Amino acid sequence: MLKLKTVLFGKTYEFKTVKELMGKANEEKTGDTLAGIGAESAQERIAAKVVLADALVSDIRNSPAVPYEEDEVTRVIQDDTNEKIYDEFKNFTMAELREYILSEKTVGSDIARLSRGLTSEVISGVTKLMSNLDLIYGASKIQVTAHCNTTIGSKGVFAVRLQPNHPTDDPDGILASLMEGLAYGCGDAVIGLNPVDDSLASVTRILEMFHSFKEKWAIPTQCCVLAHVTTQIQAVRNGAPSDLIFQSIAGSEKGNEAFGMSGATLQEAVDVMKTMGCSVGPNVMYFETGQGSELSSDAHHGADQLTMEARCYGFAKRFKPYLVNTVVGFIGPEYLYDSKQVIRAGLEDHFMGKLTGISMGCDACYTNHMKADQNDIENLSALLVTAGCNYVMGIPHGDDVMLNYQCTGYHEAQTLRTLFGKRAIPEFDTWMIKTGIITPDGVPTDRFGDASIFLK
Amino acid sequence: MPGSTGRMGVILDMYQESDIKQMVRDILRDVLSEQVSAQKQKPGKSVSAAPRDEGFVPDITAESTKEQFFVPAPADRDGYLRMKEFTPARIGVWRAGPRYNTFSMLRFRADHATAQDAVFTDVPEEVLKQHNFLCGQSMCSSRDEFITRPDLGRRLNDETRALFKKELPQNAKVLLMTGDGLSSAAVSANAADVIPSIKQGLKQQGIEIGTIPFVKYCRVGAMDEVGPLTGAEVVCLLIGERPGLVTAESMSAYMAYKPNPDKPEAWRTVVSNINRGGTPPAEAGAHIAGILKKILDAKVSGVDLNL
Repeated sequence: MLKLKTVLFGKTYEFKTVKELMGKANEEKTGDTLAGIGAESAQERIAAKVVLADALVSDIRNSPAVPYEEDEVTRVIQDDTNEKIYDEFKNFTMAELREYILSEKTVGSDIARLSRGLTSEVISGVTKLMSNLDLIYGASKIQVTAHCNTTIGSKGVFAVRLQPNHPTDDPDGILASLMEGLAYGCGDAVIGLNPVDDSLASVTRILEMFHSFKEKWAIPTQCCVLAHVTTQIQAVRNGAPSDLIFQSIAGSEKGNEAFGMSGATLQEAVDVMKTMGCSVGPNVMYFETGQGSELSSDAHHGADQLTMEARCYGFAKRFKPYLVNTVVGFIGPEYLYDSKQVIRAGLEDHFMGKLTGISMGCDACYTNHMKADQNDIENLSALLVTAGCNYVMGIPHGDDVMLNYQCTGYHEAQTLRTLFGKRAIPEFDTWMIKTGIITPDGVPTDRFGDASIFLK
Repeated sequence: MPGSTGRMGVILDMYQESDIKQMVRDILRDVLSEQVSAQKQKPGKSVSAAPRDEGFVPDITAESTKEQFFVPAPADRDGYLRMKEFTPARIGVWRAGPRYNTFSMLRFRADHATAQDAVFTDVPEEVLKQHNFLCGQSMCSSRDEFITRPDLGRRLNDETRALFKKELPQNAKVLLMTGDGLSSAAVSANAADVIPSIKQGLKQQGIEIGTIPFVKYCRVGAMDEVGPLTGAEVVCLLIGERPGLVTAESMSAYMAYKPNPDKPEAWRTVVSNINRGGTPPAEAGAHIAGILKKILDAKVSGVDLNL
């Protein structure tokens, strides 16, 4: 029988529902405060964690953030749960689940198996009981690989998305940033543009440009233009050369409606890529998420932002994505106030993605109205590599001139690889050596950082 | 500054090898911008860059990042410089080992500092006085509350409601209002040019602008409260945009026909990117006046308005 009460230092704390408990057990986030569901004191937060630690996995699974009958995302998560594995763990307390994940007797393949029996609410719940180092350690055990044209997520590999954004989608300007990024060893995860112009003609033009550049220089990677999913489906149907189809996703059906799509749209994208895409596959989807996006479209159903984020990953898993990344500091200080909250959220999201079993990366970033700066994002990127993060972003000098925010720059790729003994995705790494920007030992040459080597 | 000692040399090289036309264009631009800044001297703001000779470490923000190039021995220098012309992105920055050069790192931090100051400081008193703004405040009581509680930034506090009701013109054709939003620098930099230009444009249509209110800790939604409070037919809010690193001084104008809190966001017509590097404020003002007239004639705004 689920107990929703505890006493802490002589004071009684009582929570009416699992949903309320989950909100109050979160580490402090301005978004939960804005939604009116966060803990009202530091003590209440800990009381909620204590109660949550005592709850059974089944208690949490049986209280989804949005009812099964009302919400497609809930249905995808619940229907895709492996009942046999769930049965093995359903009587674990959340404390026991946390300790099972952290135990040295539990290896990566054990967690990969466990993952199939957990719903997103359970994953969110156990995350609330993890410290930052727990999140790093837990995630580091879990290896998730995926294959599009190349394999991401292998041991010893750290990849980077090259994001050559431009304020007017000028093809020459995009190409300039693309060449600069390649010269710094970025782009093995994906070369992916956030377009200003979402029109079919413009998206097609950029896909063709990426494709011919990739062919000309024989770059083993994947290309994508992050327009709306329906635009990309149309482009691919018309023959545009896309390796991945992208979409922003949310943790509720209502949130996905606000993004103008549903599970059926994403399935259509997967199917179109199967017959018309130009990549090898089988993983042909790219998703982005971020804590707070459901609240911002009033689609959070009174649930906390961590749980809604976990549900994005549960939903994403259905479509076997090649890449999923949280855009962790983009949404603004009303959801994640400062560097402390952004760093925490980045580690949480990465852990939850890995525990869900998806190929997880992170756009470690901040906006100018948030109390964070480049130092904080460098901290987070280093923590993410130690946690085994599959990829981060790479943009010129960390300054995105189209989206007006800052994230990890091109220079971070080589720095982090050097610091942590990582290399780019193997085929891309070989290409870097052939291009002459690094030595076979992975050391930058004098050509490293010179984009004009691609002006031929 | 170790690591950036080669900077002036590199820039000179760049000029030697680039087109003469480019130089002429640069000089013209400098002359023009000097004229502009001479016209725009404001109290408490240093206008010209520090002299480059004795006693001064050169101003690292004097040039646009677009004109700065640091790759010491590129495979194709001319081609690289042409690449830089196509994008405002910080490319051609070179490196110190795998890390950023000192100069480009400091320039990035300088631009970020400007953006942060624009968000986290108030519009100076003298600017508010200069325009005789009628000053009020949203329900936020601090800058911190303002950035974390957008809901409170959309509503006026009780005092302000009373003040605006009493002092502002009632049932005006057009009520022009201002707010700090996410950039106080936007108001300081653009109000002096954009407001006279709007007034001038409206005057030609026989429309007078009365007292202009200013709302501290203002979100766009505050205009929906000022509308019903004053009975204005059209409300136009000039408000600071969230700063980027390219400019921290960008302003937007939001316009709505008989706004109220029940109207959707799509009811607003927006002119954004008002700043010296985007749509210049005087030009934007004229454009805004034209749109306001159209809204008055059509009695609709936002997506329903055919511009």
